Amino acid sequence: MPDSLLLLALVCLPFLGALAAGLLPTRARDAASGIAGTVALACLGLVWAAYPTVSSGGVLRAEFAWMPTLGLNLTLRLDGFAWLFAGLISGIGALVVLYARYYMSSDDPVPRFFAFLLAFMGAMTGVVVSGNLVQLVFFWELTSLFSFLLIGYWHHTAAARDGARMALTVTGAGGLALFGGVLLIGHIVGSYDLDAVLSAGDRIREHPLYLPALILIVLGALTKSAQFPFHFWLPHAMAAPTPVSAYLHSATLVKAGVFLLARLWPVMAGTDAWAWTVGLAGLTTLLLGAYIAIFQNDLKGLLAYSTISHLGLITLLLGLKSELALVAAIFHIINHAAFKCSLFMAAGIIDHETGTRDIRRLSGLNQSMPFTARLAMVAAAAMAGVPLLNGFLSKEMFFAEALTAEAPLSPLLNILPLAAMLASAFSVAYSLRFIHGAFFGPVATDLPRTPHEPASWMRLPVEILVLTCIVVGLLPAATVGPYLAIAVHGVLGDDVPYYSLAVWHGFNLPLVMSLIALAGGVMLYALLQQRLRGDVEGPPLIRRLDAQRIFEQVMVFLSWRLARRLETLLGTRRLQPQLRLIVGIGLLAGAGAVWLRGFGPGNLPSTPVDPVLALVWMVGAAFALGTAWQAKFHRLAAVMLLGGVGLVVCITFVWFSAPDLALTQLTVEVVTTVLLVLGLRWLPKRFQVAGDRGPEVLTRTRRARDLAIAVGAGCGLAALSYAVMTRVPPELLASHFLERAYTEGGGTNVVNVILVDFRGFDTLGEIFVVAAVALTTYALLRRFRPAADSVEIPEQQRDQDGATQHDDAVRPTADWLLVPFTLTRLLFPVMLVVAVFLMLRGHDLPGGGFSAGMVVAIAILLQYIIGGAAWTEAHLRLRPQIWLGAGLLIASGTGIVAWFFGRPFLTTYFAYAELPLIGKVPTASALIFDIGVFALVVGATLLMLVALAHQSVRGHRAAPRRVGSRAGEA
Amino acid sequence: MEIVVSLAIGVLTGSGVWLLLRPRTFQVIVGLALLSYAVNLFIFSTGGLRSGAAAVLSPGEAGTLGLYVDPLPQALVLTAIVIGFATTALLLVVLLAARGLTGTDHVDGRERER
Repeated sequence: MPDSLLLLALVCLPFLGALAAGLLPTRARDAASGIAGTVALACLGLVWAAYPTVSSGGVLRAEFAWMPTLGLNLTLRLDGFAWLFAGLISGIGALVVLYARYYMSSDDPVPRFFAFLLAFMGAMTGVVVSGNLVQLVFFWELTSLFSFLLIGYWHHTAAARDGARMALTVTGAGGLALFGGVLLIGHIVGSYDLDAVLSAGDRIREHPLYLPALILIVLGALTKSAQFPFHFWLPHAMAAPTPVSAYLHSATLVKAGVFLLARLWPVMAGTDAWAWTVGLAGLTTLLLGAYIAIFQNDLKGLLAYSTISHLGLITLLLGLKSELALVAAIFHIINHAAFKCSLFMAAGIIDHETGTRDIRRLSGLNQSMPFTARLAMVAAAAMAGVPLLNGFLSKEMFFAEALTAEAPLSPLLNILPLAAMLASAFSVAYSLRFIHGAFFGPVATDLPRTPHEPASWMRLPVEILVLTCIVVGLLPAATVGPYLAIAVHGVLGDDVPYYSLAVWHGFNLPLVMSLIALAGGVMLYALLQQRLRGDVEGPPLIRRLDAQRIFEQVMVFLSWRLARRLETLLGTRRLQPQLRLIVGIGLLAGAGAVWLRGFGPGNLPSTPVDPVLALVWMVGAAFALGTAWQAKFHRLAAVMLLGGVGLVVCITFVWFSAPDLALTQLTVEVVTTVLLVLGLRWLPKRFQVAGDRGPEVLTRTRRARDLAIAVGAGCGLAALSYAVMTRVPPELLASHFLERAYTEGGGTNVVNVILVDFRGFDTLGEIFVVAAVALTTYALLRRFRPAADSVEIPEQQRDQDGATQHDDAVRPTADWLLVPFTLTRLLFPVMLVVAVFLMLRGHDLPGGGFSAGMVVAIAILLQYIIGGAAWTEAHLRLRPQIWLGAGLLIASGTGIVAWFFGRPFLTTYFAYAELPLIGKVPTASALIFDIGVFALVVGATLLMLVALAHQSVRGHRAAPRRVGSRAGEA
Repeated sequence: MEIVVSLAIGVLTGSGVWLLLRPRTFQVIVGLALLSYAVNLFIFSTGGLRSGAAAVLSPGEAGTLGLYVDPLPQALVLTAIVIGFATTALLLVVLLAARGLTGTDHVDGRERER
């Protein structure tokens, strides 16, 4: 199999498996676990297939170009170290899958569990085989994300949700820091490629940006590996199903941090800064984690803190300036994965079979589950570092390093062996507590379930792992030796120091230290019996130092108090101050520009004032001011005056040679007015009471300020437009359009050619906006009910609706407005013909789809206004939605057709066709596009107006009751 | 002529902004309508004010700016008119819905407390 295929399959298989498992039905437990197991074993097989290359010191590499110019490629790289991790991930993954198959209840949505687990496995594999740092960070964040989903798998419990959120917050924030660090490294090295970075060690260490990069990367690694002071998320992550804990906290998620530290060890380590940050964090975590672990009453909590402590041990080893310490760290990574995973599984079995994980309640399980007890004992002994087990070997290497390592400060050097022994004694104590508490003592009687041995398949993964612990402990050089050598070679290259993996190194100082620690641990456990049986939770001395509480306080401060304070300080929920701010800033920006660049006369002389237009605009200005004056108390008047302003604008367009605009403005004006009048009925009445006390001082000052802003904005825009009008830029885009409108667009109406041809894509976007608006109004009106009518329904309307119950004097078939009614019916076909006329000539003469559509909409509106909704809908089959959809389809379809002729989207074709009676008609494909625009405008306008009109009909149906109650009140 | 149109734009803007800052939703809608007239006229005027210039080409001709009005601002304004109509409609419906939901026509959905 070629390398590239192998590596790609290794990363992609878990994700594909996750997808497949995720698509299974909720109850398909066996199928999902089957998929997961197959994928994990297949990955293990792929890792094994890479062994020949890796064992000979080779590196598998595959590169897939993605953004080569930025140096970002999908680079997969499998050296010895990554190989070891990939093996751990897939191997332990397979065991966890087998275990989870029996652990998970069939009531849980198990396929989802396996889908997350596989996706996490893929992300983790991605981290270890990334050959590019940015890509590594990407997969790193993916692991955070999927661990969030896994920890929160039982999302119905608050503990799971909180734990998941905390894990995501801490590791996600760390991932962000890591990204920053990686970008700095990329800046220093000039490449994100791992090989390039690994060969640039000296350059990185001597660069002035080394320290910031180091701090950021270490932050990422420490948060991920739950190192002090970021350790608190890990115990909370124990709310996850136990297989998740076994997987995430033994071999994968938390190991990603130490993986990264080891990966970058050759280039980043060796400085005092590294030793201080990494070493100190590791040492603190080692001691603190082990100390707290002793006092945990929850089996998984104990294991969680012990995991923190062991990770601290690995981190400390990585922080020492010694290649041998690195070897010990990698060795301990393997050993810890084996014994911690089996212990988590054992804890899960106890929980599963007894229904509790509380050490104080559990007792004497040795009687009911002897085999599990033996397995757990061996694994716990390995954790405690008992000789002839794997934990002993790496612990002895650690002691040797603690004695000889070169530390940045001599006092630290002196306390290191002591600290190592102390931590080791603590670990003996908590291992004893795990075993003694759960399996020995009198048989517990008040357990939620009667304990018995688990299914043998569920025990098999534990058996395999415990066997590994024993075999490695007995015959280290023959079993784990070659793999460790490969991994160390992967990190250090050819500078591997001499180390020996023998069980017996003679009677030396590390052995003495081990024995002292063992004895000390046993004594400590015996002395603490009294306290451990008590009800006091948490470790003595540092109980008040609760990192989780601090974290929560920080979160509350950041996401709640600080945000609140900033909001009250800087924000407002009220619209008026916001608008005032926007207008004010606009004014200031304009004034600032004038201040900086000056305000000079333009290069065009201004043309003489035409008294007619001046007169027209005097009326227009009066209308505008009147609108502003009347909009509060006399809405109908304001709407009428607004229409007047619209007409004056329309005249201005005609005056200055813009017939198309005038036409569109006129039709839009009609529809807008109808729309506003339709809405008036639901607005509350507001009366101007004569002789009322004037507005308060506050209101008056506010108004004065608003008036000043308004006058300022008006003067500003007037000055600006005057300045613009009296200037002409040397080069105008327009000349280009004018030249080509006929020769290339086939139309003499340049505005229309621009809309449907040159800038057709803009128009397409615009009609989509109009369609979206129409659908939104429709949806809003379906969902919400307007307020009660402010005015009673006029007599005419009541007659038309036949609402006769509450009025004796009505005629059932009233003929209100008979003459206009007849006239509108006669006008209807004429208006339609006008619309078609405007539509067809649009390309050459003023007209086009917009105005034609508006004319049709107005024609139908007229029928509604005069004939009433019921009559119109009985006589006209309106389908606004179909018009709307057809319009969009036609317009987009015209654009797409161009593709079939190998042209870009919306390319137009044109010719002139001779039609009988009508004459020469331009038949550009743009005309079809315009028909689409037309249909859309008809549909959208009708949809909005008809929806509004129907609200009033709905109001009438409810009206009789209201009228009755009102009469009662009167 | 320019002075007339710019004064017109100024008056429209002033009335529009004044209404925009008022507390009633209807006033805000009308204010936006006035403001959009002003802005449309402004964009239109950037092409220069030419009365009596031809707006439509004679067939077969490549037009020049000397003889014809600038069509580009016109095309932009045409689009703006239609979009302006759509937003007015949307705003009106939102206004009505808000009035139905909150029982007030204040822009903030509740009367100002004093």
